[in-house]
Amino acid sequence: MGANLRKESGPREVFCGLTSIVWLHRRMPDAFFLVVGSRTCAHLIQSAAGVMIFAEPRFGTAILNERDLAGLADAHDELDRVARELLARRPEIRTLFLVGSCPSEVIKLDLARAAERLNEELQGRVRVVNYSGSGIETTFTEGEDGALSALVPFLPSTEKRQLLLAGTLADAVEDRLVHLFARLGIETVCTLPPRQSTELPGVGPGTTVLLTQPFLSNTARLLKERGAKVLSSPFPLGAEGSRRWMETACRDFNLPGDRVASVLDPLEKRARMALEPHRAELAGKRIVLLPESQLEIPLARFLQRECGMELVEVGTPYLNREQMAPELELLPEGTDVTEGQHVEQQLDRVRDQQPDLVVCGMGLANPLEAEGITTKWSIELVFSPIHGIDQAGDLAELFSRPLRRRQLIHPALHPQTSNPSIHA
Amino acid sequence: MQLTLWTYEGPPHVGAMRIAASMRGVHYVLHAPQGDTYADLLFTMIERRGQRPPVTYTTFQARDLGGDTAELVKRTVREAAERFHPDALLVGESCTAELIQDQPGALAQGMGLSMPVVTLELPAYSKKENWGAAETLYQLVRNLLKPQVPDQTQHDPKAWMAVGRRPRVNLIGPSLLGFRCRDDVLEIQRLLTVHGIDVGVVAPLGAKVSDIQRIPQADLNVCLYPEIAESSCSWLERSFGMPFTRTVPIGVGATHSFLVELHTLLGMDPPTEEEGYRCSRLPWYSESVDSTYLTGKRVFIFGDGSHALAAARICSEELGFKVVGLGTYSREMARSVRAAAKELGLEALISDDYLEVEAAMADTAPELVLGTQMERHSAKRLGIPCAVISTPMHVQDVPARNSPQMGWEGANVIFDAWVHPLMMGLEEHLIGMFRHDFEFVDGHQSHLGHRGGTDQAAEDHNPSPVVMSSEEQGPVWTADGEAELKKIPFFVRGKVRRNTETYARQEGRLEISSETLYDAKAHYKA
Repeated sequence: MGANLRKESGPREVFCGLTSIVWLHRRMPDAFFLVVGSRTCAHLIQSAAGVMIFAEPRFGTAILNERDLAGLADAHDELDRVARELLARRPEIRTLFLVGSCPSEVIKLDLARAAERLNEELQGRVRVVNYSGSGIETTFTEGEDGALSALVPFLPSTEKRQLLLAGTLADAVEDRLVHLFARLGIETVCTLPPRQSTELPGVGPGTTVLLTQPFLSNTARLLKERGAKVLSSPFPLGAEGSRRWMETACRDFNLPGDRVASVLDPLEKRARMALEPHRAELAGKRIVLLPESQLEIPLARFLQRECGMELVEVGTPYLNREQMAPELELLPEGTDVTEGQHVEQQLDRVRDQQPDLVVCGMGLANPLEAEGITTKWSIELVFSPIHGIDQAGDLAELFSRPLRRRQLIHPALHPQTSNPSIHA
Repeated sequence: MQLTLWTYEGPPHVGAMRIAASMRGVHYVLHAPQGDTYADLLFTMIERRGQRPPVTYTTFQARDLGGDTAELVKRTVREAAERFHPDALLVGESCTAELIQDQPGALAQGMGLSMPVVTLELPAYSKKENWGAAETLYQLVRNLLKPQVPDQTQHDPKAWMAVGRRPRVNLIGPSLLGFRCRDDVLEIQRLLTVHGIDVGVVAPLGAKVSDIQRIPQADLNVCLYPEIAESSCSWLERSFGMPFTRTVPIGVGATHSFLVELHTLLGMDPPTEEEGYRCSRLPWYSESVDSTYLTGKRVFIFGDGSHALAAARICSEELGFKVVGLGTYSREMARSVRAAAKELGLEALISDDYLEVEAAMADTAPELVLGTQMERHSAKRLGIPCAVISTPMHVQDVPARNSPQMGWEGANVIFDAWVHPLMMGLEEHLIGMFRHDFEFVDGHQSHLGHRGGTDQAAEDHNPSPVVMSSEEQGPVWTADGEAELKKIPFFVRGKVRRNTETYARQEGRLEISSETLYDAKAHYKA
């Protein structure tokens, strides 16, 4: 392993796991995510979701108040009441996720017991599951790991030979990948999470799992426990990553190599063509990825190998070395990979290094821009369809656009000086 | 436990962040778990700040809870003090830290730091953002000014006359993530300058610790945003005898009332009411005939207390609207909003459940909604025009241009912002007149979309008789006829031309003279 791995601790500028509700609720339109938490939790999801365009979103917060904490009201009775109220108003909901938060974890509110009790009461009309998206236990995308882990025990058992794609993908991307696997010779492909929470895929000894996302450690472990085989591969970001990812599955299904190559070769050639204009923009540019989504290492691999960027520092909130091994192997010798964060020290390093591009969260992007450092906000990477070989060009464009924009407007906006002014 | 989908206010520690981020040289150490840093994006994204809010989070995780979180607090405080060298340090906790009871304020107080340390206790499970902001400002003001509090107050707001200087007032309350505060401050400063009144301290927006310390040097305080500033102004009145103004100068009438209150307290002659007429365009625009159309427009108002109250007064007294709904999410202001509603013959809606607000809105069937971003979305669903008058903040509420709500210019901004979502009088008139004309199908819509009449026009539209090729087989206009036609206002000329040609064809005339035109007119009027 060539990368230079180090750990850092201190104040962190990251989202908690509740934030993943913002994309999970869109994936399963018949599911509702009920956070059991505080006004802070409600405000966080609202702020991260950005706009309030839904009449009634399929997520909400049961806000704990003084009475619940002082024991004047039984928190379990209260939660039952809120859940009933919610399900009465939203009869189309089939799965209710009770999502633990920092306050509910600290007061040790047992959501597993609550889910059990509600399941009994609802008698199968609505399935109630629970997981924790609390900041004291999870970072950002780990919330999805929690939600999927909560579903694993409910997957029906099957002996069927099948490929299971684990991790939320954009519907169009998923359709495309399923189509490609069919062309490669894998006919039965199912997904977790499914598009309807009631259509859970089966799992068992015939199931091969391919992770679409790098943040599903616990889900992978639980699927293994259900008898599935979880493959280890680079993740499907970029032309190379996507190709290797599909090839890994093909090997497991013993598909003839020449057939696989005959499908993938033209796709890769086309992807390289799509990458070319962005590579011209990005090659030789220096980049820092600050920790947020655990997508940082696969993205760094893509940006270095396919776009020719120089990796100054690659942060990740959490590093599962085993699962990430195929990615780490592809990084250049001595790449600085930092697990965890001390945000002030990391920003000091950014300022010292003066990279051409920094991938960071929304709290840091404008302050860095005001210091003259071009940024790309990382949250777009979890909302945009970036997976798969056909998306490689689009993925590269997310990084080249901020650089191109700067070139477009900087000369006119700063005619006298090469140093941008500070907008404070 | 309360089911909440969207909220009007964040937790109280976000209010504290607003105060810290508004000021210079103040740092806030927040005992909070990983993830609470989301609040930074309110400042960096919504307000487009080029600086991170001056907040250091302890970022505790589950594994820290078994260990020594108090040590983590002390380490974070020490690091923040060393790195940022603040002139004052705020120390507090978010909702989760409140449960583990480390008392970070007391810990910081015991560390022998060189700068003043202000402990914030903001009950996260009962209070909300605006309360948190008010409490933070109050604690900061109280802590920094305690040493200056006299044994007996002998403050005279008219003392400036004897000292031989201009009167001087402080503007208290403007903050980041407050509705148009940046622009209101400029406008009020301009207004006061015109009246020969100096502005001493503006706080918290842009204030340093040393500015807070010179608050008592002014003659009085202007409480610009009661939600944020009233508790601080009250304490300054009690402790230093400094009076403060109660009127929020939003709208022509309220700006005048504010000036009268201010002048009276300072011992100056109040300006006449004529000033508003002279300095703001709202009065004349509202009197001009085009605005006749605004008379009795039904308006539904919901927002924070101050802005909802101001909107009710402007709508009913200055624009001639009919207020059909009035409410606020600011429970602290419930009493005054209820009183204002009662005067309008309404019952106030005091709620922080946006679905209840939407239901009330649908119920009253208004023609205009003045609300927050949430009401904007609700109104959009109901097909009702809406203008935003209050927080919670959205990136759209921080415009690049100067766009105050307060003072004379604020009244101008309000006239434009509230009247434009409605169709203007002349436009409404013309649309009514032309709605059956074929030009309407060319996407001629007002900004109200489907309400502009297109659907109706499309149904009525029968394309065949409209292909009026007067050059080919149709009747020919004589020079005299064309001349007469040109006298008709341009916006009805096309219609008259077509009607006349249709009439001429029906009558089998080959020429259209001025006489034909009048014949046609008589024909259609008959």
